[in-house]
Amino acid sequence: MPGGYAGKFLDIDLTKEKVEDITFDDETLEAYFGGRGLAAKILWDRIGRKWRKIDGLDPENIFLALTGPMTAIYPGARIMCSGKSPLSNGTVGSTASTEFASELKMAGYDGVIVTGRAEKPVYILVTDGGGEIRDASHLWGKLGEETIKLLNREVTEELAKRKPNIGLWKEPGIIYIGPAGENLVRNAAVMSKICHACGYGGYGAVMGSKNLKAVVAKGRGKIPAVDAPESVKLLLKKTHEHLIGRTTMRRWGTGYAGYAVGADTSSEPIRNWQEEWHDEKSMGGPRFENRFWVKKKWADFGCTTNCMKISCIKTGRWKGDITDMPDYELEAYCGTNLGIFDPGDNVHMSAVIDNLGHSGINGPNTMGFAAELYQRGILTEKDFGFKPTWGDAEAMTKLAWLIAERKKIGRVLGEGTYRAALKIAKKKDMKPEELLKYAVHVKGIEIGAHGTRSDADYTHDISYAASVQGGDHTSVAVDGFTEMSAAVFTDSAVFCNFCFFGVPQELVFDFAKAVTGFPITQESWRRVTGPRIVTLQRALLLLGGPDVTWEPVGDDDNPPRFYEPLPSGPYKGSKTDEALVKQKRKTYFETLGWDEKGIPTKETLKRLGLSDVDPLMRKFRK
Amino acid sequence: MSKPIWIARDYAACSGCKRCEIACSMHHEGWIWPEASRVRIFMPFPGCEVPHLCSQCNDYPCVDSCPVQALSTDADTKAVLVDREKCTECGACIRACPGSVPFLHPGDDKVTICDLCDGDPECVKVCKEAGYNALMLVEEEPNVHRRLFSRNPIEVAKDLAVLFFGEKGEEVI
Amino acid sequence: MPGGYAGKFLDIDLSKGKISETRFDDETLEAYFGGRGLATKILWDRIGRKWARVDALGPENLLIALTGPMTGIYPGGRICVSGKSPLSNGTVGSTASTEFAHELKCAGYDGVIVSGKADEPVYIQVTDKGGEIKPAGHLWGKDSEETLIALNREVGAALAKRKPNVGLWREPGMIYIGPAGENMVRNAAVITKLCHACGYGGYGAVMGSKKLKAIVAKGRGRVPAVDAPEAAKLLWRRSHEYLIARSGFRRQGTGYGGYGFGNNTSSEPIRNWQEEWHDERSFGGPMFETRFWVKKKWSDWNCTTNCMKVSCIKTGPWKGDITDMPDYELQSHCGTNFGIFDPEACIHLSTLVDKLGHSGINGPNAMGFAAELYQRGILTKKDIGFELKWGDPNAFDRLMRMIARREGIGDVLAEGTYRAALKIAEMKKMKPEELLKYAVVVKGIEVGAHGTRSDADFAHDISYAASVQGGDHTSLADDGYSDMSGSIFADSGVFCSFAYGGVPQELVFDFAKAITGFPVTIESWRRVTGPRIVTLQKALLLMGGPDVTWKPIEDDDNPPRFYEPLPNGPYAGKTTDRAKVESKMQTYFQTLGWDERGIPTRETLDKLGLSDVEPFMRKLRK
Repeated sequence: MPGGYAGKFLDIDLTKEKVEDITFDDETLEAYFGGRGLAAKILWDRIGRKWRKIDGLDPENIFLALTGPMTAIYPGARIMCSGKSPLSNGTVGSTASTEFASELKMAGYDGVIVTGRAEKPVYILVTDGGGEIRDASHLWGKLGEETIKLLNREVTEELAKRKPNIGLWKEPGIIYIGPAGENLVRNAAVMSKICHACGYGGYGAVMGSKNLKAVVAKGRGKIPAVDAPESVKLLLKKTHEHLIGRTTMRRWGTGYAGYAVGADTSSEPIRNWQEEWHDEKSMGGPRFENRFWVKKKWADFGCTTNCMKISCIKTGRWKGDITDMPDYELEAYCGTNLGIFDPGDNVHMSAVIDNLGHSGINGPNTMGFAAELYQRGILTEKDFGFKPTWGDAEAMTKLAWLIAERKKIGRVLGEGTYRAALKIAKKKDMKPEELLKYAVHVKGIEIGAHGTRSDADYTHDISYAASVQGGDHTSVAVDGFTEMSAAVFTDSAVFCNFCFFGVPQELVFDFAKAVTGFPITQESWRRVTGPRIVTLQRALLLLGGPDVTWEPVGDDDNPPRFYEPLPSGPYKGSKTDEALVKQKRKTYFETLGWDEKGIPTKETLKRLGLSDVDPLMRKFRK
Repeated sequence: MSKPIWIARDYAACSGCKRCEIACSMHHEGWIWPEASRVRIFMPFPGCEVPHLCSQCNDYPCVDSCPVQALSTDADTKAVLVDREKCTECGACIRACPGSVPFLHPGDDKVTICDLCDGDPECVKVCKEAGYNALMLVEEEPNVHRRLFSRNPIEVAKDLAVLFFGEKGEEVI
Repeated sequence: MPGGYAGKFLDIDLSKGKISETRFDDETLEAYFGGRGLATKILWDRIGRKWARVDALGPENLLIALTGPMTGIYPGGRICVSGKSPLSNGTVGSTASTEFAHELKCAGYDGVIVSGKADEPVYIQVTDKGGEIKPAGHLWGKDSEETLIALNREVGAALAKRKPNVGLWREPGMIYIGPAGENMVRNAAVITKLCHACGYGGYGAVMGSKKLKAIVAKGRGRVPAVDAPEAAKLLWRRSHEYLIARSGFRRQGTGYGGYGFGNNTSSEPIRNWQEEWHDERSFGGPMFETRFWVKKKWSDWNCTTNCMKVSCIKTGPWKGDITDMPDYELQSHCGTNFGIFDPEACIHLSTLVDKLGHSGINGPNAMGFAAELYQRGILTKKDIGFELKWGDPNAFDRLMRMIARREGIGDVLAEGTYRAALKIAEMKKMKPEELLKYAVVVKGIEVGAHGTRSDADFAHDISYAASVQGGDHTSLADDGYSDMSGSIFADSGVFCSFAYGGVPQELVFDFAKAITGFPVTIESWRRVTGPRIVTLQKALLLMGGPDVTWKPIEDDDNPPRFYEPLPNGPYAGKTTDRAKVESKMQTYFQTLGWDERGIPTRETLDKLGLSDVEPFMRKLRK
């Protein structure tokens, strides 16, 4: 057994109520590592041949919650959730920081694989003894905060009952869904720890489609042994020194970006991306910090970045709301993108979105889309039952609930921005393009809060357009080489990006080598492992799904809005460069060994050990 | 060699000991002179202490506003510098500053603004020594966040009051 | 002008509405220093000859608020308030940490001396321009928190209007009284900064008797120049290094004493001192800290001890109460002495006691006294108006307000424990001794929360009994020599004892020398200056009057309760050793050069430059 792995995975069939332990051979682990990589491999192996026929919300889809060999050893432990994405019909390696990841490994499991669908709401409990399916009817319908509270109590009591004499039992780690996931809102998130989320991909809906409310883990074992323990101990110390040295990141996290990304890089979504620049000092970091940040040093397992802070609203109409600072993405999406520039309202929307189990980015993207349709008169007050006016936090709160509960126009909006656009076009007897021009997504996945039009942020021409994970801002396409050792790596090793960027890369890869014993280098990930994983993801993405498939090249593009010139600010008039997109996309495909339509070539597939994918790629090449 | 620096501030961590005022005035005035200190702690309600000092806004509205060009910026530290000979005490910079940070010196009425102690600020030293770290030295280029810290200290204190005291906090300032 | 002094004092006659400036010659300043020492001198000079006839609550009394040469320079600047004490009929140097102290000096004044009585409520405002008498009718009746808020706004606005173009004006420093002082509750305090108080002596009542609601100061000048500035700067840094090194004290302040002094040294007042030991874990420091301490590093001017913390109650019936941690004295006096062992109730009563302007020690002492009388059936429900049961916070809340407003039995208890005992004896037709045995006072001043019976605390046999300031626990008698350079020095310097205790004495006295230029040493304070001040205080104390005069030697004693054996705990059965009291008392007198009845001898008076006091002492020697 290579180092860092617990050695087994829990395989659960909810239809048959069967629970089994399975393993993967060392070659597979070395080739796919864990997390995002291994998930793509498992999905290909089990349902790849019939991929196109399976809808993301069918019982045949597989929900995976995987760690990687570096989880809970390298700083910033995370879990990776995957499956066939109900949005893109490809796969996304969607991660969140949570003690669930470390608890799973301590219980002796590297991951949980769930197939089928339970008859009634259930949750899965993983302990040192193994996995079990437990009744969750009393939890179904509960919001995030309430779910945590109840599960913490229930599980701790149960474990204490089973083994009472060993002393106090700590609370378990939990990933769970809210009403949005339960009601199959297609871009719903898998939540953890109140305000952490596996946001991209819509895996909350996948859990919901399986009647799976939560997966809970409590382990009392060691974190798995590593290949070179003395090296790991020293590397760990050094890594933390680097992270602790990043004083600004630690002080503010991304919580000051709600002003800066607007005022400085002019790349912040405002009112469904109609604008990207603002100078609203009310959104300045200090306005959040001084009034709301009740705990300024808040970390996750094994992490010294402590980018997180806890916010609490203590007065006024939103009194009692508790969430994170919010992080930049939700300052933008639960704030400026809804036309909200008041910190209190922003904190409140963040708390509502998380409590409902929406993805904090994808959900409010659809909300912004809907609000722009209202602004333009395409949707009316009757569709909502109220006026979703920009900046009205009460209205936006109602809208978030409307979608989570699939009521009125929320029923359609719960399909995600892309499908909602198509459905509304049909309903209103309009051409799809007339609606799609307001839909800011790539391949069905709503785009993160970093625009490409100013070109002043880190996202550019093909960042989203070429990415196998669509609008996922945490895993952007660069050149098909350098990024293969970045997010693809961290999503598979499974640990947090923010603990990756502050540390010299050589140190990180030596760490990976010392943990696993595999001959890992930055180069090997750039040339082989990364491309292998991304190519497999690309193949599945191309195969698509029963309701939606993507046009190679045609859909490897930015949304129409990103080609509209910016209307204001220092980058007024700027827009994404179409020529650059074309050119860089071509280079990207070439570098990865895909043809000019972005279809992986036979040679590439062979080289990467994916020959069995070739037959299904053949038809795309015609 | 001075580098661009900034004094990061954590308002909630300020203890109200005002040694920064003492250290600053000892350094600049030769003796303890709280009202001549470039950093002044406002305490509109006990527990809500707010260090008020220049935050070196990257657009320097004060420098722009001076009708006699008495204000400039230090090439290395990026601090605002005052030419006391030129200052006519008109108060334009005080009005231009979003947080009304500059003030007229209690001795000779010349405008007084933090000069970052040539790269080695005294206030930070005493705050760090005492373990409060409400004022912290960071090496940073000017950025858009600076101007967000230039805010009337009473407004900042109101936020702190809510942070600490909840609803009661809205009544005390 | 010696170093450290601003050079002038504000002299205000409220009857005539006259404001003038006073100076003292260098010899006087050297002989009496400032604060407590200088106040006593001023009182002797101005009203000493008719002392026995001066009603402490009459217009002839002086209300003196002085700094000392070290205030604002040595860490922990304080104001010292004095006058003829309505409790002891002697004088107390009663100090509190407050920005008012250095603001006064920066305005150019070392102190404020107030005589006479205003027709209508007033406050005094001191700025660089001088002193002004301002109307305070709109403030009269306000509790101390409301007063602070109102004056901050009002004076801040007034100063800004006067000199608007200098930039932002900061809030002023201020000392003020609450309803207790206004209604001349005899032991009422002078309050500052929400929860700091000049508690001993009853000077809040003196201010109330002059219709003086507050004294407010804002200065923009330098802190006065010192004799050896370079030495002073170095000594300033060094002193702070010592204070910063006291990490335990900085972490908890005295806020862990509510459990510690009860459980460990068995010297905490419980139910009017009927017991002094407890083991109520509910009252432990962490129980206060974890739930209520919202700001754990809170300091006063120029102090790194930061023993203070800010507490806030966020839920329940007392939601919104803001006070300090409370410090140990109020944890016991507003807690255990009421039979209350619940932190939340204690914090509430601590908040209330400060809001009403009671002395947090003296006021509740009278209340504890009343509760014991109720326990024993001497006071009935009819007398009080309700049941005054131990441990009932609502009952003590109500009683506290009644005393502040002098309603019902509150009018009697407002006279302070000693006089209330005499009055109640009269009311109930009992012998005074029968009531006095429950009165824990020394020379009219209620005793601080450190009992002498276990002998395990820092208060012993003659600590209170021999002290010229009675029950004042901050100024205990020791041997008449080593104690002369302790609190008497700090109270005259004027700075905080807690900033004194952590620093080597030699350093402190060299600092005093460097500031003033006076040949100040520990020895000179122990042999001359300290004894001079204490002897003068003793003389005035002996002169007493008009309503109460103490009997020499007979009243130089502990309260009867301190001779009862402790009923429980590890020191059960122990009590104050009467023989020791008697013998150490004689040593104390001898060392100070007083006769066997504690009356200063002629030789001593001559030696200390107090010859003009001699005629008054002669009378007493008979």
